Amino acid sequence: MSARNDAVRAGLGVGLAVGFSGLAFGAAAVTAGLSVAQACALSLFAFTGASQFALAGAVAGGGALVPAVAGALLLGARNGLYGLRLATLLPSRLRALTAHGIIDETSAVAFAHPGEAKTGFYTTFASLYVTWNLATLLAALGASQVADPTVFGLDAVGPATFLALLWPRLKESAEDRKVAVAGVVIALAATPFLPAGIPVLLAAAGALVVLVR
Amino acid sequence: MNLWWAVIATCVGCYLLKYAGLAAPRKILDRPAVQRFATVVPVALLAALIAVQSFGQGFDAPRTAGLAAAVIALLLRAPFLVVLVVAALVTGLLRITGM
Repeated sequence: MSARNDAVRAGLGVGLAVGFSGLAFGAAAVTAGLSVAQACALSLFAFTGASQFALAGAVAGGGALVPAVAGALLLGARNGLYGLRLATLLPSRLRALTAHGIIDETSAVAFAHPGEAKTGFYTTFASLYVTWNLATLLAALGASQVADPTVFGLDAVGPATFLALLWPRLKESAEDRKVAVAGVVIALAATPFLPAGIPVLLAAAGALVVLVR
Repeated sequence: MNLWWAVIATCVGCYLLKYAGLAAPRKILDRPAVQRFATVVPVALLAALIAVQSFGQGFDAPRTAGLAAAVIALLLRAPFLVVLVVAALVTGLLRITGM
């Protein structure tokens, strides 16, 4: 029971904390030249933060739209990798709906609560979906009044969330620590040279370190 | 290309990418090597994400301090939400005080 409560608490917490960055997205999107409806459509139907920010950023930069979309999709590709693991943890009859919820946050909460992956995933999905979309709408409607989210230190919340969710695995398993270090090294080494999205995808190769031995 | 087309293409593409992993054939998913990979790969992805979100746009002292505070909170076994609040508070306060 308490494992289940833990998963619920983590899910609601992530929804609340990360949902706030929906404000940053709504503001960024409208400032970039997207309409309120377009900003909301992205949060409702793309629902994957990194890709949404990438598209808004590319539009703001005035670049061509085809590479802008390609960049957004590169950032969304890692969600497919989470799906490989989630496929064995979540019920398959809800697959079409479940797929929509596969993002960094929902996956991280699910994996952090092995016995309660289902509870963790759907709680996070529901709470973050609501807060992310509300925040997008609010900020898109009043972009000018929204302060820079970095003032509140919200830019530290994302990495702190993933760190806290990964922590138990890192503490327990030397193998996971190795994989994590490999992932960090690969991603940071690749970041200056490759477009956004690719470094994190490349880091997946860090997982091969354990497999090839 | 109209901006709406870019929005729609992003929405459809992102959904299909999410769906692809989930709908991978059971026969492939059940292979031991694939299972091992699928179990470990989130660790590599999330660790990389932490690094890129923290340092991908250059070193930022308040954000780094916020993450260091989060690590201390984790070492002290602080609850999940406390860890997030500590990270945001330390980062935000250091910024306000002009570090």
